[in-house]
This record gives sequence, structure tokens and C-alpha cells, in this order.
Amino acid sequence: MTALVIVICIILITIVLVQIGRVTELTAEIKGEREASKDASKWNGWLSLGFMVVFLPAVMISAWAYKNQMMGYGPHTSASEHGGALDSMFNLTLILTGIVFVLTHIALFWYAYKYRWRENRKAEFIAHDNRLEVIWTAVPAVVMTLLVVRGLDAWNTVMADVGSEEDFMEIEATGQQFNWIIRYPGPDGKLGARDFKLTTGSNQLGQDFTDSKNWDDVIPSTELYLPVGKKVRVRITAKDVLHNFDLVHFRVKMDAVPGMPTYFVFTPIKTTAEYRNELRKYPEYNEPYDPADPTGPKRWEKFEYELACAELCGKGHYSMKRIFRVVSQEEFDAWYREQKSFYLTEFRGKDGDPNKDKVLDIEVPMRAAEFSSNVKAAIESADAADNTLVLNYVWFDTGSATLKNDSKYELDNLVTALNDNPQIRIEIGGHTDDTGDPEANLQLSQQRAAAVAAYLTDRGIAAGRLRAVGYGDSKPLAPNDSDANRAKNRRTDFTITL
Amino acid sequence: MAQVVTAAETLEDKLTQELGFDDHFHEHHHGDKFQSNFLTTYIFSTDHKIIGRQFLITGIFWALMGAGMSIIFRLQLGFPEADMAWLQPILGKWIQVNDAGIGKLDPEFYYSLVTIHGTVLVFFVLTAGLSGTFSNLLIPLQVGARDMASPLLNAFSYWFFFLASVIMFLSLFLSTGPFSGGWTAYPPLSALPQASDGSAAGMTMWIVSMAMFIVSALLGGINYVTTVLNLRTKGMNLWRMPLTIWAFFITAILGVLSFPVLLSGVLLLMFDRSMGTSFYLSEIVVGGEILDRVGGSPILFQHLFWFLGHPEVYIIILPAMGIVSEVLSVHARKPIFGYRAMVLSILAIAFLSFIVWAHHMFMSGVNPFISNFFVVFTLIIAVPSAVKVFNWISTVYGSNFRFNAASLFALGFVSMFISGGLTGIFLGNSALDIQLHDTYFVVAHFHIVMGIAAFFGMFAGIYHWFPKMFGRFMNETLGRIHFWGTMIGAYAIFWPMHYTGMAGMPRRYYDGGASFDAFRHFTELNQFITVAAIIVFFLQIIFVINFFYSIFSGRKLRVKNPWGANTLEWTTPVQAGHGNWPGNIPTVQRWAYDYGKGGEEFIPQYIPLKEGEHDHGH
Repeated sequence: MTALVIVICIILITIVLVQIGRVTELTAEIKGEREASKDASKWNGWLSLGFMVVFLPAVMISAWAYKNQMMGYGPHTSASEHGGALDSMFNLTLILTGIVFVLTHIALFWYAYKYRWRENRKAEFIAHDNRLEVIWTAVPAVVMTLLVVRGLDAWNTVMADVGSEEDFMEIEATGQQFNWIIRYPGPDGKLGARDFKLTTGSNQLGQDFTDSKNWDDVIPSTELYLPVGKKVRVRITAKDVLHNFDLVHFRVKMDAVPGMPTYFVFTPIKTTAEYRNELRKYPEYNEPYDPADPTGPKRWEKFEYELACAELCGKGHYSMKRIFRVVSQEEFDAWYREQKSFYLTEFRGKDGDPNKDKVLDIEVPMRAAEFSSNVKAAIESADAADNTLVLNYVWFDTGSATLKNDSKYELDNLVTALNDNPQIRIEIGGHTDDTGDPEANLQLSQQRAAAVAAYLTDRGIAAGRLRAVGYGDSKPLAPNDSDANRAKNRRTDFTITL
Repeated sequence: MAQVVTAAETLEDKLTQELGFDDHFHEHHHGDKFQSNFLTTYIFSTDHKIIGRQFLITGIFWALMGAGMSIIFRLQLGFPEADMAWLQPILGKWIQVNDAGIGKLDPEFYYSLVTIHGTVLVFFVLTAGLSGTFSNLLIPLQVGARDMASPLLNAFSYWFFFLASVIMFLSLFLSTGPFSGGWTAYPPLSALPQASDGSAAGMTMWIVSMAMFIVSALLGGINYVTTVLNLRTKGMNLWRMPLTIWAFFITAILGVLSFPVLLSGVLLLMFDRSMGTSFYLSEIVVGGEILDRVGGSPILFQHLFWFLGHPEVYIIILPAMGIVSEVLSVHARKPIFGYRAMVLSILAIAFLSFIVWAHHMFMSGVNPFISNFFVVFTLIIAVPSAVKVFNWISTVYGSNFRFNAASLFALGFVSMFISGGLTGIFLGNSALDIQLHDTYFVVAHFHIVMGIAAFFGMFAGIYHWFPKMFGRFMNETLGRIHFWGTMIGAYAIFWPMHYTGMAGMPRRYYDGGASFDAFRHFTELNQFITVAAIIVFFLQIIFVINFFYSIFSGRKLRVKNPWGANTLEWTTPVQAGHGNWPGNIPTVQRWAYDYGKGGEEFIPQYIPLKEGEHDHGH
């Protein structure tokens, strides 16, 4: 119904306008062409003047009203080191073009009004004026030179890559439909190599895990942190189509191109907290964040630096948001320490892990630390059930009691634990799954437990603190109904007895 | 059609008879044997005047389509929560109605609308509809030629455009939707159907349509260049040509030099799409599928695209500049100020337009060092552009300015060109482009400087030459309502976009940035823009009604030269047949801008110089 009314109204307005057009045309014909054009010139001359008188102030008032959106004004100041140069460049351009805009508009509409058609006027025959033309070629040329020089100075500084001597952190942003994957280098400070052919569902970036630099790389899935005052080089890549790494508040923007890594270097200079504090001064940021919840947090309290995509990448282009949080170096370090290596937590030992049967250098100290804390927890625990710990990384050759070379660091951890805790004694238990002859299994488990004990005594542990027992398949951790469970049950463990 | 030139009755006839060039036109045949029935006269015509009108009317169709699309996506941006179910009868499955009965525009189709809007407005409306219309209509008439150098190729030019139009139109009805990867069609998005539905059959049709269009542009362009160079009437040396002809001439050269590059660009894209080549593709994993394509570069396409793309914006704006120069001068009753500087600035702009293309690519990953050159050349363009603006303003200065729909649109053009040109100084400076690239600031800039400004030039031309095209006038009152409404409305639409752009709001966000805290507080502004867009769209409907109504019932043209203009098109009969002049072709004795000279209101080009009179065209 409403739609019908609207349609009818539009049709009526159209008819009225067309009729007005016809009537005025008829009047013009009656009045004569000269009279009509006299009227038209008068009216439209005034309208030109009126347009100018309304338009120019409207532009200025709207600019004033929206000044808080302009670069370098109000809360919209740059949060990066290089951004200030861009903001002042913007300001300079705004002032220069603003002057030209106002003056040319005044001239255009004022002259149109002033020289509107009148019956007895004669237009002046002015074909050209060389002096004037030289002036208004030269002045823009000089102004442009100024803008070019300042602009390029800023540009070349901003876009310069990091020098080899510089202290910076490199992170990597990879765009895909429709999100960003951000990778941090981890403790080694280096991003590992990638090969797009290695990409799988669980290895989204196609990281090449034979490259040791990849082992500690971190791929956070929630907020991303950056330390304030630290130079960041973002290596920008894309998996599928073009994307654009756009951090508005830092004046950072660069296309992500499949097959061609790009970069942007910037230094955040305001922490999220500092930026929020600045926003606090502005009334619009004291509005409730959620209009439906007027008593809830205010807008400035919820402010975050947002990463967007600024290159059309498909139907979800508008939704590629990630939050960057800038914090002090200490807070950053604390956050960074908590981040787990993607490889070791998500990919290690799974299908496609090229290092499946190898121990990585990086794992030895990590496992040692884990081991000693597990032992400590077991000693402190009151519950006897907690006293049994599985030696996860002790392996034997198939069907024999010969320790694999890779097992030894784990046993060394056990040596260290026994030396660190002289009060404890342990029972080493050998276990198998239920395949094969139970008698043979029992015997093998006994031999394996003894082999572990022998290794420990070789390393100087008193034999009296050790007892080696073979349990065969009598103590499964899980029902022997799948390969995974059977693998779990084939194990060596130790039980702490005080 | 006169068979034999009868006794001279007016000064004009007398001069044409005495000084005119006799090419024995009247001896060939009566009228045009190829234009004997309705079909050959109005449809498969080879008469440049008819072909011009065909371009114009096809352009108007596409302008309405493109503007209609913009209204739909503006509704989405201004009122993202609104119920769009009422559009379901037109858009069908692209409106998803949820359980509550609320209809939502499909994001994929939103991007199709944006893409097709851009493509058809840039190519079909502002290239074919503007340059195609007026180059066809005016080049032979103003240089004093019977027709184009090759009328047949000229007709082909229109029919290839028509074919391009049909293919593009049909692509709207594909089940996977029309192309949706942006009018710039950057690969890999445009190359991979896996990445976007619109890149499936929609993109294939887009490419085929563009290829047809490029053929059309080349056939037209070669014709325009040849006609201007070879078919000028006696006395019409280059420095006596009206600025319209200079503009169309240079535009045609730009088109002939740059469109082939786009063609090669999209052909390579076609190979990548269908033959497994890797011109633009390298190391791609899309939707979990690892593509066996390495070695290509998406940047290469951008270079090829913008090598056309940048001259293309001058292909759009130069004809508008030419038209505005002519219309302003005629209605100011005053010579265009600095004719020579106007010509030289067209030449300078045209030359520079070929060496600035990478300013569209500052943020695309090209070496930042290279950008230095493109910044310099880009900002140099401001100089000839400024000269043009100052010269237009000086043309109005000291004039006896006749306000009508045509001259108002010419004034409006100058205002728009200033506003949009000045924001170009921000964007051309790569340092500022870091923040402004691909934001609404860019949208505001190019819509004002080459969208609205070019449309204003086109409107000025239509109102001015409508009597020449159809022998009737358009309704002036509706024309003025059309102008003032559009002038205010267009600024209301695009001015506020500068503010969202400065805040960094990226273009092409389906939800208007609602998911980002930094961009989501422009709700009211977006609503304001949408309402303004709807009003402006309505005013264009008024224009279209005025246009078609006036073709059949407008005030009749009773004199040959209603505006008191100097150029040759106004020496042809009101209803000129194929061949334009029934008798001799008038010869040119002076430049085109002797308005208000020596006490005469205007002195047409065929009037011989008086004893000792200085010709400004030399």
C-alpha cells in the first residue's frame, strides 16, 4: 500500500513538473523570446549567486562538523611514527587546495551573476591575455613543485625498507578469503620458509617444517599484540586473490599479492590504552558503545586498532577484521611468552609432519622443562594415582629391547630429576599392547624396563633406587581396539615411590 | 534536398554558393539511395547524424540501468537493516528473504551491482554515450564534411557497441550472476571461478562484451581521426577548429593508442581463465585447492589495465571539456579565453595521460621508487588543468552570459571539475594515497571529476545540440529544474564521501563498514547520501521524459542557427539529409570564436575576413 502511494506520488510530481515545463514554455512564447531569456538570465543569475552563497559556507560548515574525521585533526591523529608526516602533508594540501577551491568558485559564480545576459549589454571581445596566462600557469606549477617535493620526501621515508643493522620485529600477514592469518616469528625472531604447494587444511600457510625457523613460529587466533615504539616490518602475502593490509590508525596500507610478498614498515607510537585516553576527550566517544545498552561501556573504552582489507577480494571483502593491540614492551613480552608454537602444538606428529620420527633440537630443552615440572607436580601431589608418569619419548626398536638413540635425552631428563630429588625412588614399568603372544610380551616388557634401568645406572643412579618391572599387556591405558590406542598402550612409565 | 542550387536568398546562401566548395554532391543521386526506407534510415543507417543518435539513446538506456543499480546498492549502504523483499520481483534469488520475511541483498550480487555499474557507466555511457554521440554528430558537421571518412565502419562501430551491450545485458541473467570483481577486473579474483561466482560465466561474458566494445571504440576512433585529418573543408586549418573537434580528435587518438592494450590485457586474462596459462597467476591456493600455476604476476594486469584505464578517464573528460568550451563561449557571447592555451593544454593532458597510469597502483606492491616518477607526472597534470579552469572562468568574465540549460550545465561542469580536480592533488601524491587509496575519498574524487563532470558536459551538449539532432528544442524549464536539482544533489551525494574517506573507510564494503568500530558511525551520513541519490535519480527520469517528449513534441526549431553560433553545423538545413549540405560545402574563413568582435554579436566561420581583419585562428 505504502509502495503504491509512493509510486502514485512520484507519478503525480512528474506530471506536475512536466506541466509546469509546458506552461512556462507557452508563456515564454507569448512573452517573446527576448523577454523570456531576460527573465531566465535574471533568475538563474541570482540562483548562481545563491548557490555560491549557500554552497561555500555549507562546505566549510560540514568540514568543521566532520573535522574529527580528517587526518591529523581531533581524535583521528596517527598512531604511528611516520603518520605525522602524512597528516601534515594532508593539512598543507587541504589548505592550498581549499584556497583555490573557494576563490575559483567565487569567481565562477560571481562572474556568471554579474555578467548575466542583459538586453543592451555587449560582451567584451577578450580572446587571450598572455601575461595572465603565464601567471596562472606558473603559480600552479610552483605550488605543485612544493607539494611534490614534500610529498616525495615523506613517501620515500615511509616506504623505505628496514636496514640490515636496524632493530625491528618482522611479522607476516597473509590474506585469504575471508580472513587474515598473522604469523609471529617466535623466540628465534625469524619467520620460517613457505611453499604454497605444502598447503593443507592443517597447514594453512604451507609452512615448510623442514626449515627449523618455522618450528617456533606463532599464529595467534585472537587479538594480536605489538610493542609500542618498536619498529615492525610486516611481510604481506596472499594465498588466493589480492587483498590489502589496511591499518587505518597507523596510516598503513599495502596490497597482498599472491606469489609476490610485499612489505610495510611502521612503528606504533601510541598504545591502545593511550589512544583510548585521547579519545576520552571527545564527546562522540563518550556515547555508549552499544546504543542498546546506554549504561554499558563508552565508545572510547572499547576502542581497538583494527586491521581491514582494502582491496576487493570477493563477497566477504567487508568482513576481514582483526584486532591489533599495542602495549608496552613488558606486556608484549608476557603475551608473547604465552603464545604456543603453531607447529609444535598443532602440527607436530600429525600426518604430513616431515620430522615425524625425529627429535628436534628445539624440543629437547622444552621437554626437559616439561619433564621436571611434571616430576615436581607428581612429588607434591598427595594422590598416589598422580605418581605414575609416562616416558612419552622413550622408544625401542621394534620387537627388541634396544633403546633408540632419540630416547636418550628423555632418559637424561629422568637422570636429572633423580639427581635433583635424591629422596625419591622409582619403579620403571614396561608395557605392551595385546597383539602377539602374551608370554613373549611379558618378557619383552621386562627386558625393556631393565634396559631403561641399565641406562640410568650407567648414568650414575644408584641401582637401589630403581626397580624394573614388566607388565606385558596387563595394564592398558586404553582398550586395545584401535591402532591409536594400541600405540598408547605400548609404553614405558615410571612410578615415584618415596 | 536541393537538386540544383537555386538563387541565393540570404547572405549565407550567397556565400556558400560563391565561396563554398563544390564537390558535385548534387550530381550523384537524389538523397541517399541507401536510406530509402525506415529500416535503412533509422536503424542500419550509415549517416553519422543517425549513428550519433543511436549512440546517445543506447547510452541513455545504460545510464538508467547503471544509475538504477546504484540506487539499489545505495539502499543497502544507507539502510542496511531495511527490508528489501519488495525488490524480489526484479532481483529474484539475489534477495534472500529470511524466516521473519525480511529480504536482504545477497553480498555477491551487491558486488555485481557495483561492478556492472562501474563498467557500463565508464565504458557504455561516458565513452560510447558521450564521445560516440558527439564525435559522430559534430565531427563531420563542424569540420565541414559530408560524413565520416568511412560511414560503413562508423555504422559497424555502433553495431559492435550494440553487440557489447546485448552481451553485457544478458550476463545480468546468469544463474551465477554477472561479474562481481570490480570494474577494474583485477586477477586473480577475476580469473578464478573458485574465488567468486561472478568470475564464472559472468566474467566470460564481461570479457567478450568488452572485446566487442573495444572493437567498436577502435572503429569509431580511427574514423574520427581520419575524418578530422582528411575531410576538413577548405580553410579549416587545425588552428581554426572549434575546441570540440580538438577534444574529439585527441580523445580518438588516446582511444586508438590505449584500447588495444586493454584488449591484450583481457585476452591474456581469458587465456588464464580457459587455457591454463599463468600470465597473472602465481602460487595460488584457493578454497583449499592448490593451483598448478606459477610465474605470473597479478601486477602485470594492473599495468595493462591502467595503461588504458588512465587515458580512459581523459577519453571521458576531454570531450566534455570540448563541449563545455564551445557551449560556454557561445552562450557567453564571447570568444573562449586563450584558445591556443586550451588546445595546448588538451595536448599536454593527453600526452601526460599516458605516463601516469601507475598512480592507481601506489599501494599495489610496485617498487616504491618507481612511484616517484608517477607522482611527478601526475601532479604536473594539475597545471594544464588549472589553465583550463582559469580560461573557462575568464570566458565568463566580461561576457553577456545567456543562462539556459546548456550553459548552466557548462557552468556546473566547471564547478565539478574544480572540486574533483583538487581532490586529485591529494590522491596523486603517493604519500597521501597511503591513507586515501581505495577509500570513499577516491569514490568521491572520481565520481565528481569524471562522473558528474562528464555527465554535465554531456547534458550541456545534449541541451545545446538537441535542436540540431531532432529539429526541436528540449523544454527549458524542465532543463533548469534538472540542472539545479542535479547540481545540488550531486554535491549532496559525493561531498560527504570525502569525510568517510578521510576516516579511512574502504570502498566496496557491503555492510557500509558496520563491522568496524572505525567506520560504523557514518550511519546518518550514509542515509543522507542515499536519499540524495534517490532524488537525483528521479531528476534524471525528468530529463529522460523531457528528452523523449521533446523529440516528438518539443518546440520546433524554425531557424537554422538558434543560438547565434559560429560553427558550421548551424549552416546545414534544419532537417539535414545524409550529406549534410544540399549544395556546396561551406568553406571556412576564420576561427570559430568571433563573438562580440567589432560590435558584431557573432561572425560565423564562413564569413570572409574584412579588409585588414586579424584572424585569431592563425
